Amino acid sequence: MIHLTIDGKNLAVPAANTVLEAARSAGIAIPTLCHDERLAPYGGCRLCLVEIDGMAKPVTSCTTPVREGMVVRTVSERLYRLRRTIVELLLSDHPNDCMTCIGNGDCTLQELAYSYGLRENRFHGARREHHRVDANPFITREQNKCVLCGLCVRVCEEVQGVSAIGFADRGFETKIVPPFGEDLNCEFCGQCVAVCPTGALSARLWAGKPRTGGITSTRTVCTFCGCGCNLTLKCKANEVFRVDSEPTTHNRGWLCVKGRFGYDFINSPERLRTPLIRRSKGGPLEAVDWPEALQHIAARVTRFKAEHGPDAFAGLSSARCTNEENYLFQKLLRAAIGTNNVDHCARY
Amino acid sequence: MTNSVAEIADNKALLVIGSNTTENHPIIALRMKEAVARGARLIVADPRRIPLTGFASLWLRHKPGTDAVLLNAMMHVILDEGLADRDFIARRTEGFEAFAPSLASFTPEFAEEITAVPAALIREAARVYATAGNAGIYYAMGITQHVMGTYNVQAVANLALLTGNVGRRAAGVNPLRGQNNVQGACDMGCLPNVLPGYQRVDDGKARRRFEKAWGRPLPNKPGLTATEMTAAMLDGRLKGLYIFGENPALSDPNSNHSRKAFANLDFLVVQDIFMTETAQLADVVLPGASFAEKEGTFTSSERRVQRVRQAIEPPGQARSDLWIIDQLWRRLSEDEGYGDPPQAERIFTEVAALWPGIAGMSYRRLEEDGLQWPCPAEDHPGTDYLFKEDFNRPGGRALFSAVPFVSSGELPDRDYPLLLTTGRELFHYHTGTMTRRSAGLNAAAPEAFVELSELDADILGISDGEMVAVSSRRGAIRLKARVGAMVPRGVVFIPFHYREAAANLLTNDAMDPTCKIMEAKVCAVRITKG
Repeated sequence: MIHLTIDGKNLAVPAANTVLEAARSAGIAIPTLCHDERLAPYGGCRLCLVEIDGMAKPVTSCTTPVREGMVVRTVSERLYRLRRTIVELLLSDHPNDCMTCIGNGDCTLQELAYSYGLRENRFHGARREHHRVDANPFITREQNKCVLCGLCVRVCEEVQGVSAIGFADRGFETKIVPPFGEDLNCEFCGQCVAVCPTGALSARLWAGKPRTGGITSTRTVCTFCGCGCNLTLKCKANEVFRVDSEPTTHNRGWLCVKGRFGYDFINSPERLRTPLIRRSKGGPLEAVDWPEALQHIAARVTRFKAEHGPDAFAGLSSARCTNEENYLFQKLLRAAIGTNNVDHCARY
Repeated sequence: MTNSVAEIADNKALLVIGSNTTENHPIIALRMKEAVARGARLIVADPRRIPLTGFASLWLRHKPGTDAVLLNAMMHVILDEGLADRDFIARRTEGFEAFAPSLASFTPEFAEEITAVPAALIREAARVYATAGNAGIYYAMGITQHVMGTYNVQAVANLALLTGNVGRRAAGVNPLRGQNNVQGACDMGCLPNVLPGYQRVDDGKARRRFEKAWGRPLPNKPGLTATEMTAAMLDGRLKGLYIFGENPALSDPNSNHSRKAFANLDFLVVQDIFMTETAQLADVVLPGASFAEKEGTFTSSERRVQRVRQAIEPPGQARSDLWIIDQLWRRLSEDEGYGDPPQAERIFTEVAALWPGIAGMSYRRLEEDGLQWPCPAEDHPGTDYLFKEDFNRPGGRALFSAVPFVSSGELPDRDYPLLLTTGRELFHYHTGTMTRRSAGLNAAAPEAFVELSELDADILGISDGEMVAVSSRRGAIRLKARVGAMVPRGVVFIPFHYREAAANLLTNDAMDPTCKIMEAKVCAVRITKG
């Protein structure tokens, strides 16, 4: 363990820690924009600057490893001024349209502007003007809102291993594009959307949907493959309109295109809404109420059992449904009907 | 999985065989990529140029259906070069003496003839896997959906046992489960031969425990597997069927055959959230609930039991599947139900009392990140990897089983000269009931296609994007050709998501004699223009 002092607190932390990690483990908040603890330290946004005794200038805490005996200050007038100016510079080239921005209420930059009270901006001058056409069904880019933190580029390379996007050009002209500005080789996992700290990257599916107020968040598990990823369903008015995943879960908040963007089947108008019965072979399916449908099944099953024995009946259970439903289903077949003819799609 | 997903990142070598992990288990694939980034060596054995080959140190492009030969040859090399873990074999296994000679004929040169993988590459793969220290094997339906599926799985297990790569952190045998709760459906006893917790129906002691708990006698003869049900429907032994949340009319190999079987039933009940191909054949259709509309638990590939929570109400008169099954339970058992509406937690508690593997689990304990079974007691933390001390056999030792060379049920010939293999793609899930109703996913992957190699396309005079007819002895479909480097010469691939060009009209329903899985991964087809 390494011993150091941050803001007067004596801490003992693992040698592999950065100053930022040490501070956060002690509950000391340092603002960041480009940092994500699931990715390698980057040091791009400079908001995490701290003063360390013996060092001439403030350093980025996210890229500075802890050292024995270090004395660190995360709060000072100079640091406040530096951080405030950094945010002000970012905002000087940022559309001031939070009112209609999809990121409103879920935007690190907005929070920073709010906490530093940045109503006016001292910096005037040229603004970037990107005009993007997104010919994909999932992700919307508003590049004028990009702060070039690189989170999207890094998550795509470090986590997804795809490297679909990267930085192009230099200085004021820097932008994030597919290699050589050509075709996007993208798996549409949406990891980039999940880590974007502004409204620059968002999902087409959320456009125009509620941003704040009256939204419920329900933690559950994805319905697709066997990875068992945690999902947080954002709902309002009996509609799931957005899916997120918490970074603290075993899937670390990472999802795939199906888990993140494949939920609109839930609200499909094609959902079955009423029980249906076909009264004669070849006849049509007619809508009935539950008591009739259930009674009809119970009567038919009872008759089969009497005429042909319980093994003339079988059940196929569902690998998409819950343990409890599967348990009760096999119990129904075994204990109520009396057959072991129960299986599911494990084989196909 | 014997290991946990998080352990994958600590593998020193990975053998991925019969699993297109990036597309079918994308988040598990992230851990594999992480392992590679940390210096692990990845061996991919797959006939297709799947995305994971881009991260692999070695790519063994074996012919579909030759997995066991490839694995046997790797083991031949391991024995030959003295790379076997003799200590592990002596302490933890049995049957090695009888097993070892079975590998003698599987020289890398013999395997090269059968699998088309160069002998030198097989040797290299064997060395990488055997000397890594912590090596994991990952497989999916590419190993199992064959007439020799059971042998393939045994070969996978033999390889792990031979090198002592099981029963440790980041070393194990890891089947990746294809559906969100296929692990749970097995655990809960939705199998014809076992009650919940894999307690056999023909084991009197186990059965009597359930008879006592459920208060009624239970049948002692194993029932029919899903694949055997088809024949039983056709010959009239099965007259009624209740299908819940499945679409076998599209997912069954040789599905023309199974549709005929469903039509032959006197009474078919289908419970689903959409009017699936199977529901269209039903006498009664019951509207169930999606995952967002119910309470309960799912169990993932890594045996993690996690809470599913209701976010919204089901539409119209649709009801949670638990409510529907509970209603039928009340009517058919004349017993009381599980509350109104039925309480999922009450049922979970009932299962926990009957299956020691989850005896220590409760909804309260599952609240945060779930628990991995076995979790036998209230104070047990769950199990991240299996078989640390003992294997699940009398005596606690793992058994080596000799795996002979078995050929696929139907191989290409003069009439049907190409080998068809099937699978999924990233943007869709199984028969597409959900994903094809998702606007974005369906826009990204709107239509069926058949992948074929440039060489075969040249011979047939077919260009990329052209409509072709693919036919087998069982059926024919029309779809677009996708010409490229994904498949080798002689092999074609079709995803099985698309009802308008259903791959399973072509596939073979030949069965593995032991586990009754059908051979969806290999059959013979021909392709013609138009």
